[in-house]
Amino acid sequence: MTVLLSVEGLCKTFAGLVANNAISFTVAEAEIVGLIGPNGAGKTTLFNCLAGYHRPTAGRVRFAGRDITGLPPETIARQGIARTFQIVRVFQTMTAIENVMVGALLHCRQPSSAAALAREWLDFTGLAYRAAQPASALTVSEQKRLEVARALALHPRLILLDEIMAGLTPIEVREASDLVRRIRDLGIAVIIVEHVMEGIMPIADRILVLDYGEKIADAPPARVVRDPAVLSAYLGA
Amino acid sequence: MTPPVKFSAFLILFAVTVAFPLVVSLPTYQNFAILVLMVAQLGVAWNILGGYAGQVSLGHAAFFGIGAYTSSALVTLAGLSPWIGLVAGAGMACLFALVVGAICFRLKGHYFAMATIAVAEIVQVVISNCDPLSGAVGIYLPLTPRGAAAFVFSGKAPYYYIALTLLAASLLVNHLIARSRVGYYLRAIKDEPDAARSLGINLPRLKLIALAVSSALTAMGGTLYAQKELFIDPPSVLGTQLSLKIALVAILGGVGTLWGPVIGAAVLVAIEECSRIFFGSSGLGTDMIVYGTLIIVVAVKSPSGIAGLLRAGVQALQARRRPGVAAPQEVEERA
Repeated sequence: MTVLLSVEGLCKTFAGLVANNAISFTVAEAEIVGLIGPNGAGKTTLFNCLAGYHRPTAGRVRFAGRDITGLPPETIARQGIARTFQIVRVFQTMTAIENVMVGALLHCRQPSSAAALAREWLDFTGLAYRAAQPASALTVSEQKRLEVARALALHPRLILLDEIMAGLTPIEVREASDLVRRIRDLGIAVIIVEHVMEGIMPIADRILVLDYGEKIADAPPARVVRDPAVLSAYLGA
Repeated sequence: MTPPVKFSAFLILFAVTVAFPLVVSLPTYQNFAILVLMVAQLGVAWNILGGYAGQVSLGHAAFFGIGAYTSSALVTLAGLSPWIGLVAGAGMACLFALVVGAICFRLKGHYFAMATIAVAEIVQVVISNCDPLSGAVGIYLPLTPRGAAAFVFSGKAPYYYIALTLLAASLLVNHLIARSRVGYYLRAIKDEPDAARSLGINLPRLKLIALAVSSALTAMGGTLYAQKELFIDPPSVLGTQLSLKIALVAILGGVGTLWGPVIGAAVLVAIEECSRIFFGSSGLGTDMIVYGTLIIVVAVKSPSGIAGLLRAGVQALQARRRPGVAAPQEVEERA
Protein backbone atom coordinates (compact mmCIF):
# COMPACT_ATOMS: atom_id res chain seq x y z
CA MET A 1 0.00 0.00 0.00
CA THR A 2 1.37 3.40 -0.97
CA VAL A 3 1.01 6.17 1.55
CA LEU A 4 -1.07 9.06 0.23
CA LEU A 5 -1.37 11.29 3.27
CA SER A 6 0.94 11.41 6.22
CA VAL A 7 0.43 13.61 9.25
CA GLU A 8 3.30 14.03 11.72
CA GLY A 9 2.97 15.61 15.14
CA LEU A 10 0.13 17.90 14.15
CA CYS A 11 -0.81 20.46 16.82
CA LYS A 12 -3.45 23.16 16.73
CA THR A 13 -4.08 25.51 19.63
CA PHE A 14 -6.61 28.33 19.88
CA ALA A 15 -5.40 30.94 22.39
CA GLY A 16 -4.12 28.28 24.78
CA LEU A 17 -6.85 25.72 24.14
CA VAL A 18 -5.25 22.62 22.65
CA ALA A 19 -7.63 21.29 19.96
CA ASN A 20 -5.18 18.89 18.32
CA ASN A 21 -2.14 17.60 20.20
CA ALA A 22 0.72 15.84 18.39
CA ILE A 23 -1.48 13.78 16.10
CA SER A 24 0.31 11.43 13.69
CA PHE A 25 -1.21 8.97 11.24
CA THR A 26 -1.11 7.93 7.59
CA VAL A 27 -3.73 7.18 4.99
CA ALA A 28 -3.05 4.87 2.08
CA GLU A 29 -4.49 5.22 -1.41
CA ALA A 30 -8.08 4.02 -1.71
CA GLU A 31 -8.37 3.42 2.02
CA ILE A 32 -11.41 4.27 4.15
CA VAL A 33 -10.40 5.72 7.50
CA GLY A 34 -13.06 6.51 10.09
CA LEU A 35 -12.40 9.39 12.44
CA ILE A 36 -14.43 9.17 15.63
CA GLY A 37 -14.40 10.66 19.10
CA PRO A 38 -16.68 12.41 21.59
CA ASN A 39 -17.94 15.92 20.86
CA GLY A 40 -15.15 18.46 21.11
CA ALA A 41 -12.43 15.84 20.58
CA GLY A 42 -10.94 17.90 17.72
CA LYS A 43 -12.19 16.00 14.67
CA THR A 44 -13.40 19.00 12.72
CA THR A 45 -10.29 20.97 13.71
CA LEU A 46 -8.17 18.17 12.28
CA PHE A 47 -10.19 18.29 9.04
CA ASN A 48 -9.73 22.04 8.87
CA CYS A 49 -5.97 21.65 9.33
CA LEU A 50 -5.79 19.03 6.55
CA ALA A 51 -7.93 21.10 4.16
CA GLY A 52 -6.07 24.35 4.81
CA TYR A 53 -8.79 26.20 6.73
CA HIS A 54 -6.58 26.26 9.83
CA ARG A 55 -2.82 26.66 9.82
CA PRO A 56 -1.36 23.99 12.13
CA THR A 57 0.50 25.41 15.15
CA ALA A 58 3.11 22.67 14.75
CA GLY A 59 3.66 19.49 12.77
CA ARG A 60 3.73 18.46 9.12
CA VAL A 61 1.13 17.35 6.61
CA ARG A 62 2.43 15.57 3.52
CA PHE A 63 0.15 14.65 0.64
CA ALA A 64 1.19 12.65 -2.43
CA GLY A 65 4.84 13.28 -1.64
CA ARG A 66 4.47 17.03 -1.19
CA ASP A 67 4.49 19.14 1.96
CA ILE A 68 1.13 20.91 2.09
CA THR A 69 1.36 22.21 5.67
CA GLY A 70 -0.23 25.65 5.97
CA LEU A 71 -1.20 25.99 2.31
CA PRO A 72 -4.51 27.82 1.64
CA PRO A 73 -7.66 25.73 0.97
CA GLU A 74 -7.84 26.52 -2.75
CA THR A 75 -4.28 25.27 -3.31
CA ILE A 76 -4.90 22.10 -1.32
CA ALA A 77 -8.12 21.48 -3.28
CA ARG A 78 -6.15 21.81 -6.53
CA GLN A 79 -3.63 19.25 -5.27
CA GLY A 80 -6.35 16.66 -4.81
CA ILE A 81 -8.00 16.92 -1.38
CA ALA A 82 -11.75 17.58 -1.46
CA ARG A 83 -14.05 18.04 1.51
CA THR A 84 -17.62 18.42 2.68
CA PHE A 85 -18.80 20.56 5.58
CA GLN A 86 -20.36 19.47 8.85
CA ILE A 87 -22.92 22.27 8.56
CA VAL A 88 -23.92 22.14 4.91
CA ARG A 89 -22.61 24.87 2.67
CA VAL A 90 -24.26 24.28 -0.67
CA PHE A 91 -24.64 27.25 -3.02
CA GLN A 92 -28.25 28.04 -2.12
CA THR A 93 -29.18 30.21 -5.09
CA MET A 94 -27.82 27.75 -7.64
CA THR A 95 -29.49 24.58 -8.88
CA ALA A 96 -28.20 21.17 -7.81
CA ILE A 97 -26.41 20.60 -11.10
CA GLU A 98 -24.86 24.08 -11.02
CA ASN A 99 -23.48 23.31 -7.56
CA VAL A 100 -21.66 20.28 -8.92
CA MET A 101 -20.59 22.19 -12.04
CA VAL A 102 -18.67 24.66 -9.84
CA GLY A 103 -16.58 21.69 -8.71
CA ALA A 104 -16.21 20.23 -12.19
CA LEU A 105 -15.07 23.58 -13.63
CA LEU A 106 -11.71 23.20 -11.89
CA HIS A 107 -10.51 20.70 -14.48
CA CYS A 108 -12.84 21.38 -17.38
CA ARG A 109 -13.22 25.01 -18.26
CA GLN A 110 -16.24 24.82 -20.56
CA PRO A 111 -19.55 25.09 -18.65
CA SER A 112 -21.23 22.75 -21.17
CA SER A 113 -18.77 19.91 -20.60
CA ALA A 114 -18.74 20.64 -16.85
CA ALA A 115 -22.52 20.19 -16.92
CA ALA A 116 -22.13 16.76 -18.52
CA LEU A 117 -19.64 15.73 -15.85
CA ALA A 118 -21.85 17.16 -13.11
CA ARG A 119 -24.77 15.06 -14.34
CA GLU A 120 -22.65 11.91 -13.97
CA TRP A 121 -21.79 12.79 -10.38
CA LEU A 122 -25.44 13.53 -9.60
CA ASP A 123 -26.23 10.07 -10.97
CA PHE A 124 -23.48 8.57 -8.84
CA THR A 125 -24.90 10.13 -5.67
CA GLY A 126 -28.51 9.39 -6.59
CA LEU A 127 -29.51 13.02 -7.04
CA ALA A 128 -30.10 13.06 -10.80
CA TYR A 129 -33.83 13.66 -10.39
CA ARG A 130 -33.05 16.84 -8.42
CA ALA A 131 -30.67 18.32 -11.04
CA ALA A 132 -32.77 21.33 -12.02
CA GLN A 133 -33.99 22.17 -8.52
CA PRO A 134 -32.48 25.03 -6.52
CA ALA A 135 -30.15 23.59 -3.88
CA SER A 136 -32.20 25.35 -1.19
CA ALA A 137 -35.19 23.11 -2.09
CA LEU A 138 -33.29 19.91 -1.26
CA THR A 139 -33.61 18.18 2.13
CA VAL A 140 -30.64 18.41 4.48
CA SER A 141 -29.57 14.84 3.76
CA GLU A 142 -29.80 15.52 0.03
CA GLN A 143 -27.76 18.68 0.49
CA LYS A 144 -25.09 16.60 2.23
CA ARG A 145 -25.01 14.22 -0.73
CA LEU A 146 -24.89 17.22 -3.05
CA GLU A 147 -21.75 18.35 -1.24
CA VAL A 148 -20.28 14.90 -1.80
CA ALA A 149 -21.09 15.10 -5.53
CA ARG A 150 -19.59 18.60 -5.69
CA ALA A 151 -16.41 17.42 -3.95
CA LEU A 152 -16.10 14.36 -6.21
CA ALA A 153 -16.36 16.59 -9.29
CA LEU A 154 -12.91 17.93 -8.36
CA HIS A 155 -11.43 14.50 -9.17
CA PRO A 156 -9.74 14.30 -5.76
CA ARG A 157 -7.38 11.57 -4.58
CA LEU A 158 -8.58 12.04 -1.01
CA ILE A 159 -11.99 13.14 0.18
CA LEU A 160 -12.81 14.35 3.69
CA LEU A 161 -16.42 13.63 4.63
CA ASP A 162 -17.73 15.43 7.73
CA GLU A 163 -20.78 13.70 9.28
CA ILE A 164 -22.70 12.87 6.12
CA MET A 165 -24.81 10.26 7.94
CA ALA A 166 -26.12 12.42 10.79
CA GLY A 167 -29.90 12.40 11.03
CA LEU A 168 -30.46 9.69 8.43
CA THR A 169 -32.90 6.78 8.72
CA PRO A 170 -31.35 3.28 9.01
CA ILE A 171 -32.01 2.59 5.32
CA GLU A 172 -30.44 5.89 4.33
CA VAL A 173 -27.42 5.10 6.51
CA ARG A 174 -26.94 1.87 4.56
CA GLU A 175 -27.17 3.81 1.30
CA ALA A 176 -24.62 6.33 2.56
CA SER A 177 -22.20 3.53 3.58
CA ASP A 178 -22.64 2.04 0.15
CA LEU A 179 -21.88 5.43 -1.42
CA VAL A 180 -18.64 5.71 0.59
CA ARG A 181 -17.64 2.23 -0.54
CA ARG A 182 -18.31 3.13 -4.18
CA ILE A 183 -16.17 6.26 -3.77
CA ARG A 184 -13.32 4.08 -2.47
CA ASP A 185 -13.82 1.73 -5.43
CA LEU A 186 -13.02 4.66 -7.72
CA GLY A 187 -9.56 4.67 -6.15
CA ILE A 188 -10.24 7.65 -3.90
CA ALA A 189 -9.11 7.55 -0.25
CA VAL A 190 -11.76 8.60 2.28
CA ILE A 191 -11.44 10.03 5.76
CA ILE A 192 -14.87 10.14 7.32
CA VAL A 193 -15.88 11.83 10.56
CA GLU A 194 -18.94 10.08 11.89
CA HIS A 195 -20.99 9.52 15.03
CA VAL A 196 -23.20 6.93 13.36
CA MET A 197 -21.24 3.76 14.26
CA GLU A 198 -23.44 1.32 12.32
CA GLY A 199 -22.68 3.40 9.22
CA ILE A 200 -18.94 3.52 9.58
CA MET A 201 -17.84 0.30 11.34
CA PRO A 202 -18.76 -2.07 8.48
CA ILE A 203 -16.91 -0.08 5.82
CA ALA A 204 -13.83 1.43 7.48
CA ASP A 205 -10.43 -0.21 6.97
CA ARG A 206 -9.22 1.57 10.07
CA ILE A 207 -10.69 3.71 12.80
CA LEU A 208 -8.86 6.64 14.32
CA VAL A 209 -10.13 7.74 17.71
CA LEU A 210 -9.58 11.24 19.08
CA ASP A 211 -10.21 12.32 22.66
CA TYR A 212 -9.36 15.74 24.10
CA GLY A 213 -7.34 16.51 20.99
CA GLU A 214 -5.17 13.40 21.20
CA LYS A 215 -5.15 10.23 19.17
CA ILE A 216 -6.02 7.40 21.54
CA ALA A 217 -6.47 4.56 19.04
CA ASP A 218 -5.67 3.71 15.44
CA ALA A 219 -6.76 0.17 14.50
CA PRO A 220 -9.24 -1.89 12.46
CA PRO A 221 -12.89 -1.46 13.64
CA ALA A 222 -13.08 -4.87 15.36
CA ARG A 223 -10.12 -4.04 17.59
CA VAL A 224 -11.15 -0.44 18.29
CA VAL A 225 -14.53 -1.42 19.76
CA ARG A 226 -12.75 -3.55 22.38
CA ASP A 227 -10.01 -1.01 23.13
CA PRO A 228 -10.22 -0.07 26.84
CA ALA A 229 -9.02 3.50 26.21
CA VAL A 230 -11.76 4.01 23.61
CA LEU A 231 -14.42 2.52 25.87
CA SER A 232 -13.46 4.78 28.73
CA ALA A 233 -13.48 7.86 26.46
CA TYR A 234 -16.98 7.06 25.25
CA LEU A 235 -18.52 5.63 28.40
CA GLY A 236 -16.46 7.52 30.96
CA ALA A 237 -15.62 4.24 32.71
CA MET B 1 -40.78 32.86 -21.12
CA THR B 2 -40.19 30.36 -23.91
CA PRO B 3 -37.16 30.97 -26.17
CA PRO B 4 -39.18 32.15 -29.24
CA VAL B 5 -41.21 34.57 -27.06
CA LYS B 6 -38.00 35.81 -25.48
CA PHE B 7 -36.36 36.28 -28.85
CA SER B 8 -39.26 38.21 -30.36
CA ALA B 9 -39.50 40.37 -27.23
CA PHE B 10 -35.81 41.09 -27.65
CA LEU B 11 -36.27 42.00 -31.35
CA ILE B 12 -39.14 44.37 -30.54
CA LEU B 13 -37.12 46.00 -27.78
CA PHE B 14 -34.19 46.39 -30.16
CA ALA B 15 -36.36 47.95 -32.91
CA VAL B 16 -38.02 50.35 -30.45
CA THR B 17 -34.75 51.55 -28.93
CA VAL B 18 -33.11 52.03 -32.34
CA ALA B 19 -36.13 53.89 -33.78
CA PHE B 20 -36.72 56.05 -30.68
CA PRO B 21 -34.71 59.18 -31.67
CA LEU B 22 -36.11 59.02 -35.21
CA VAL B 23 -39.69 59.07 -33.93
CA VAL B 24 -39.28 61.27 -30.87
CA SER B 25 -37.44 64.42 -31.92
CA LEU B 26 -38.06 66.63 -28.86
CA PRO B 27 -34.63 67.15 -27.22
CA THR B 28 -36.09 66.93 -23.68
CA TYR B 29 -37.36 63.41 -24.29
CA GLN B 30 -34.22 62.41 -26.14
CA ASN B 31 -32.16 63.68 -23.24
CA PHE B 32 -34.32 61.70 -20.82
CA ALA B 33 -33.72 58.55 -22.86
CA ILE B 34 -29.96 59.17 -22.96
CA LEU B 35 -29.91 59.59 -19.18
CA VAL B 36 -31.76 56.30 -18.72
CA LEU B 37 -29.31 54.51 -21.03
CA MET B 38 -26.27 56.00 -19.29
CA VAL B 39 -27.50 55.26 -15.78
CA ALA B 40 -28.55 51.77 -16.85
CA GLN B 41 -25.08 51.13 -18.27
CA LEU B 42 -23.50 52.14 -14.96
CA GLY B 43 -25.87 49.85 -13.07
CA VAL B 44 -25.06 46.94 -15.38
CA ALA B 45 -21.33 47.56 -14.87
CA TRP B 46 -21.77 47.76 -11.08
CA ASN B 47 -23.79 44.56 -11.11
CA ILE B 48 -20.82 42.49 -12.32
CA LEU B 49 -19.08 43.17 -9.00
CA GLY B 50 -22.02 43.88 -6.68
CA GLY B 51 -24.57 41.51 -8.17
CA TYR B 52 -22.65 38.46 -9.29
CA ALA B 53 -19.65 38.56 -6.93
CA GLY B 54 -21.68 40.04 -4.05
CA GLN B 55 -19.09 42.72 -3.31
CA VAL B 56 -21.08 45.90 -2.66
CA SER B 57 -19.14 48.95 -3.81
CA LEU B 58 -20.33 52.39 -2.72
CA GLY B 59 -17.43 54.12 -4.43
CA HIS B 60 -17.95 53.44 -8.12
CA ALA B 61 -17.91 57.20 -8.82
CA ALA B 62 -14.12 56.93 -8.47
CA PHE B 63 -13.95 54.78 -11.62
CA PHE B 64 -16.51 56.94 -13.41
CA GLY B 65 -14.47 60.04 -12.54
CA ILE B 66 -11.19 58.45 -13.56
CA GLY B 67 -12.73 57.68 -16.96
CA ALA B 68 -14.09 61.20 -17.34
CA TYR B 69 -10.89 62.89 -16.17
CA THR B 70 -8.53 60.70 -18.21
CA SER B 71 -10.27 61.38 -21.52
CA SER B 72 -10.82 65.07 -20.70
CA ALA B 73 -7.21 65.59 -19.67
CA LEU B 74 -6.00 63.87 -22.84
CA VAL B 75 -8.24 66.18 -24.91
CA THR B 76 -7.27 69.44 -23.19
CA LEU B 77 -3.64 68.74 -22.32
CA ALA B 78 -2.49 66.47 -25.15
CA GLY B 79 -5.05 67.17 -27.87
CA LEU B 80 -5.85 63.48 -28.22
CA SER B 81 -9.20 62.20 -29.47
CA PRO B 82 -11.74 61.31 -26.75
CA TRP B 83 -12.05 57.91 -28.39
CA ILE B 84 -8.45 57.24 -27.39
CA GLY B 85 -9.37 58.71 -24.00
CA LEU B 86 -12.26 56.25 -23.74
CA VAL B 87 -9.88 53.32 -23.97
CA ALA B 88 -7.16 55.00 -21.89
CA GLY B 89 -9.72 55.87 -19.18
CA ALA B 90 -10.89 52.27 -19.03
CA GLY B 91 -7.27 51.16 -18.71
CA MET B 92 -6.52 53.69 -15.97
CA ALA B 93 -9.63 52.69 -14.02
CA CYS B 94 -8.65 49.04 -14.40
CA LEU B 95 -5.16 49.66 -13.00
CA PHE B 96 -6.54 51.74 -10.16
CA ALA B 97 -9.11 49.02 -9.45
CA LEU B 98 -6.42 46.36 -9.20
CA VAL B 99 -4.48 48.41 -6.64
CA VAL B 100 -7.60 49.30 -4.64
CA GLY B 101 -8.92 45.75 -4.87
CA ALA B 102 -5.70 44.19 -3.68
CA ILE B 103 -6.07 46.24 -0.49
CA CYS B 104 -9.85 46.45 0.01
CA PHE B 105 -10.66 42.78 -0.72
CA ARG B 106 -8.92 41.95 2.54
CA LEU B 107 -12.11 43.33 4.08
CA LYS B 108 -15.44 41.54 4.02
CA GLY B 109 -19.07 42.62 3.74
CA HIS B 110 -19.92 46.01 5.21
CA TYR B 111 -16.27 46.79 5.80
CA PHE B 112 -15.52 46.43 2.10
CA ALA B 113 -18.41 48.77 1.26
CA MET B 114 -17.11 51.33 3.77
CA ALA B 115 -13.60 51.14 2.34
CA THR B 116 -14.91 51.85 -1.16
CA ILE B 117 -16.64 55.01 0.13
CA ALA B 118 -13.32 56.13 1.59
CA VAL B 119 -11.42 55.41 -1.62
CA ALA B 120 -13.89 57.45 -3.69
CA GLU B 121 -13.65 60.35 -1.22
CA ILE B 122 -9.85 60.29 -1.40
CA VAL B 123 -9.92 60.38 -5.20
CA GLN B 124 -12.34 63.32 -5.10
CA VAL B 125 -10.15 65.27 -2.65
CA VAL B 126 -6.96 64.53 -4.61
CA ILE B 127 -8.43 65.64 -7.95
CA SER B 128 -10.06 68.72 -6.36
CA ASN B 129 -6.57 69.81 -5.33
CA CYS B 130 -4.79 68.84 -8.52
CA ASP B 131 -3.94 72.02 -10.47
CA PRO B 132 -3.03 70.41 -13.82
CA LEU B 133 -6.59 68.99 -13.84
CA SER B 134 -8.05 72.43 -12.96
CA GLY B 135 -8.83 71.29 -9.41
CA ALA B 136 -12.22 72.23 -8.05
CA VAL B 137 -12.93 74.54 -11.03
CA GLY B 138 -13.41 71.62 -13.37
CA ILE B 139 -12.54 71.07 -17.02
CA TYR B 140 -14.38 72.72 -19.93
CA LEU B 141 -14.03 70.64 -23.06
CA PRO B 142 -13.74 72.32 -26.49
CA LEU B 143 -17.05 72.73 -28.38
CA THR B 144 -15.31 72.44 -31.73
CA PRO B 145 -14.42 70.63 -33.93
CA ARG B 146 -17.62 68.63 -34.12
CA GLY B 147 -18.25 65.24 -35.62
CA ALA B 148 -17.79 61.58 -34.94
CA ALA B 149 -13.97 61.74 -34.78
CA ALA B 150 -14.04 64.51 -32.15
CA PHE B 151 -16.87 62.83 -30.13
CA VAL B 152 -18.74 66.19 -30.11
CA PHE B 153 -22.16 66.48 -31.71
CA SER B 154 -24.71 69.29 -32.07
CA GLY B 155 -27.76 67.06 -31.83
CA LYS B 156 -28.78 64.60 -29.14
CA ALA B 157 -29.29 61.56 -31.39
CA PRO B 158 -25.58 60.62 -31.79
CA TYR B 159 -25.13 60.60 -28.00
CA TYR B 160 -28.23 58.45 -27.77
CA TYR B 161 -26.76 55.85 -30.13
CA ILE B 162 -23.38 55.89 -28.42
CA ALA B 163 -25.05 55.41 -25.02
CA LEU B 164 -27.18 52.63 -26.48
CA THR B 165 -24.11 50.90 -27.94
CA LEU B 166 -22.24 51.18 -24.66
CA LEU B 167 -25.23 49.76 -22.75
CA ALA B 168 -25.60 46.91 -25.25
CA ALA B 169 -21.89 46.14 -24.98
CA SER B 170 -22.08 46.15 -21.17
CA LEU B 171 -25.10 43.84 -21.23
CA LEU B 172 -23.26 41.52 -23.60
CA VAL B 173 -20.18 41.43 -21.35
CA ASN B 174 -22.44 40.77 -18.37
CA HIS B 175 -24.24 37.98 -20.22
CA LEU B 176 -21.00 36.34 -21.38
CA ILE B 177 -19.50 36.48 -17.88
CA ALA B 178 -22.65 35.03 -16.31
CA ARG B 179 -22.48 32.01 -18.63
CA SER B 180 -18.75 31.46 -18.29
CA ARG B 181 -16.65 29.69 -15.70
CA VAL B 182 -15.96 33.05 -14.04
CA GLY B 183 -19.70 33.69 -13.73
CA TYR B 184 -20.30 30.38 -11.93
CA TYR B 185 -17.34 31.04 -9.67
CA LEU B 186 -18.57 34.54 -8.79
CA ARG B 187 -22.02 33.25 -7.85
CA ALA B 188 -20.41 30.51 -5.76
CA ILE B 189 -18.29 33.09 -3.95
CA LYS B 190 -21.36 35.20 -3.25
CA ASP B 191 -23.32 32.24 -1.84
CA GLU B 192 -20.66 30.44 0.23
CA PRO B 193 -17.11 31.81 0.08
CA ASP B 194 -15.64 29.04 2.28
CA ALA B 195 -17.19 26.28 0.20
CA ALA B 196 -15.94 28.01 -2.95
CA ARG B 197 -12.39 27.84 -1.62
CA SER B 198 -12.76 24.11 -1.01
CA LEU B 199 -13.37 23.76 -4.75
CA GLY B 200 -10.07 25.36 -5.70
CA ILE B 201 -11.44 28.85 -6.32
CA ASN B 202 -8.98 31.66 -5.65
CA LEU B 203 -11.26 34.28 -4.06
CA PRO B 204 -9.07 37.40 -4.34
CA ARG B 205 -8.24 36.65 -7.97
CA LEU B 206 -11.87 36.18 -8.99
CA LYS B 207 -13.00 39.31 -7.14
CA LEU B 208 -10.23 41.30 -8.85
CA ILE B 209 -11.38 40.09 -12.27
CA ALA B 210 -14.95 41.21 -11.48
CA LEU B 211 -13.74 44.58 -10.17
CA ALA B 212 -11.46 45.17 -13.18
CA VAL B 213 -14.22 44.51 -15.73
CA SER B 214 -16.75 46.51 -13.71
CA SER B 215 -14.43 49.50 -13.31
CA ALA B 216 -13.40 49.57 -16.99
CA LEU B 217 -17.04 49.68 -18.13
CA THR B 218 -17.86 52.33 -15.52
CA ALA B 219 -14.95 54.48 -16.73
CA MET B 220 -16.27 54.30 -20.30
CA GLY B 221 -19.55 55.69 -18.98
CA GLY B 222 -17.51 58.52 -17.47
CA THR B 223 -15.96 59.46 -20.80
CA LEU B 224 -19.37 59.44 -22.47
CA TYR B 225 -20.72 61.75 -19.74
CA ALA B 226 -17.79 64.16 -20.15
CA GLN B 227 -18.28 64.35 -23.93
CA LYS B 228 -22.02 64.79 -23.63
CA GLU B 229 -21.87 67.58 -21.02
CA LEU B 230 -18.51 69.01 -22.21
CA PHE B 231 -17.88 70.02 -18.61
CA ILE B 232 -16.76 67.97 -15.63
CA ASP B 233 -15.83 68.88 -12.06
CA PRO B 234 -15.16 66.71 -8.99
CA PRO B 235 -18.69 66.79 -7.46
CA SER B 236 -20.42 65.87 -10.73
CA VAL B 237 -18.23 62.91 -11.71
CA LEU B 238 -16.69 61.85 -8.39
CA GLY B 239 -19.41 62.69 -5.85
CA THR B 240 -20.79 60.31 -3.23
CA GLN B 241 -24.29 60.90 -4.60
CA LEU B 242 -23.19 59.38 -7.92
CA SER B 243 -21.70 56.33 -6.19
CA LEU B 244 -24.96 55.77 -4.34
CA LYS B 245 -27.01 56.24 -7.48
CA ILE B 246 -25.00 53.60 -9.36
CA ALA B 247 -25.51 51.07 -6.56
CA LEU B 248 -29.18 51.99 -6.08
CA VAL B 249 -30.01 51.43 -9.75
CA ALA B 250 -28.83 47.84 -9.56
CA ILE B 251 -30.29 47.14 -6.11
CA LEU B 252 -33.68 48.64 -6.99
CA GLY B 253 -33.84 46.89 -10.34
CA GLY B 254 -32.54 43.51 -9.21
CA VAL B 255 -29.12 42.55 -7.93
CA GLY B 256 -27.43 39.85 -9.98
CA THR B 257 -29.94 39.98 -12.85
CA LEU B 258 -29.09 40.99 -16.40
CA TRP B 259 -31.97 43.40 -17.01
CA GLY B 260 -32.57 44.57 -13.44
CA PRO B 261 -30.30 47.64 -13.64
CA VAL B 262 -32.00 48.73 -16.88
CA ILE B 263 -35.41 48.63 -15.19
CA GLY B 264 -33.96 50.32 -12.11
CA ALA B 265 -32.47 53.09 -14.25
CA ALA B 266 -35.75 53.80 -15.99
CA VAL B 267 -37.53 54.11 -12.64
CA LEU B 268 -34.83 56.18 -10.94
CA VAL B 269 -34.31 58.65 -13.79
CA ALA B 270 -38.08 59.07 -14.12
CA ILE B 271 -38.35 59.91 -10.42
CA GLU B 272 -35.46 62.34 -10.69
CA GLU B 273 -36.84 64.15 -13.70
CA CYS B 274 -40.40 64.30 -12.32
CA SER B 275 -39.20 65.80 -9.07
CA ARG B 276 -37.39 68.44 -11.15
CA ILE B 277 -40.49 69.23 -13.18
CA PHE B 278 -42.71 69.56 -10.10
CA PHE B 279 -40.33 71.26 -7.68
CA GLY B 280 -37.87 73.03 -9.96
CA SER B 281 -34.05 73.07 -10.20
CA SER B 282 -32.70 70.10 -8.26
CA GLY B 283 -36.15 68.95 -7.11
CA LEU B 284 -35.65 70.18 -3.53
CA GLY B 285 -34.30 66.76 -2.66
CA THR B 286 -37.71 65.12 -3.16
CA ASP B 287 -36.12 62.59 -5.49
CA MET B 288 -33.96 61.37 -2.61
CA ILE B 289 -37.06 60.97 -0.41
CA VAL B 290 -38.76 58.86 -3.08
CA TYR B 291 -35.53 56.86 -3.69
CA GLY B 292 -35.25 56.13 0.01
CA THR B 293 -38.86 54.99 0.25
CA LEU B 294 -38.47 52.76 -2.80
CA ILE B 295 -35.34 51.16 -1.40
CA ILE B 296 -37.14 50.35 1.85
CA VAL B 297 -40.09 48.87 -0.04
CA VAL B 298 -37.81 46.76 -2.24
CA ALA B 299 -35.70 45.60 0.70
CA VAL B 300 -38.79 44.48 2.62
CA LYS B 301 -41.01 43.18 -0.17
CA SER B 302 -38.63 41.88 -2.81
CA PRO B 303 -34.90 41.66 -2.11
CA SER B 304 -34.43 40.55 -5.72
CA GLY B 305 -35.65 43.96 -6.87
CA ILE B 306 -38.22 44.99 -9.46
CA ALA B 307 -36.89 42.27 -11.80
CA GLY B 308 -37.67 39.69 -9.10
CA LEU B 309 -41.22 41.06 -8.68
CA LEU B 310 -41.81 40.91 -12.44
CA ARG B 311 -40.50 37.33 -12.67
CA ALA B 312 -42.76 36.23 -9.82
CA GLY B 313 -45.69 37.90 -11.59
CA VAL B 314 -44.96 36.15 -14.91
CA GLN B 315 -44.64 32.77 -13.17
CA ALA B 316 -47.94 33.29 -11.34
CA LEU B 317 -49.66 34.16 -14.65
CA GLN B 318 -48.24 31.08 -16.37
CA ALA B 319 -49.33 28.86 -13.51
CA ARG B 320 -52.89 30.25 -13.74
CA ARG B 321 -53.02 29.77 -17.51
CA ARG B 322 -52.32 26.02 -17.23
CA PRO B 323 -54.42 24.82 -14.28
CA GLY B 324 -54.18 21.14 -15.33
CA VAL B 325 -50.40 21.08 -15.02
CA ALA B 326 -49.00 20.94 -11.51
CA ALA B 327 -46.21 23.32 -10.57
CA PRO B 328 -42.78 21.67 -11.04
CA GLN B 329 -42.13 21.67 -7.31
CA GLU B 330 -45.17 19.51 -6.57
CA VAL B 331 -44.17 17.01 -9.24
CA GLU B 332 -40.73 16.64 -7.74
CA GLU B 333 -42.10 16.15 -4.26
CA ARG B 334 -44.25 13.28 -5.40
CA ALA B 335 -41.39 11.59 -7.25
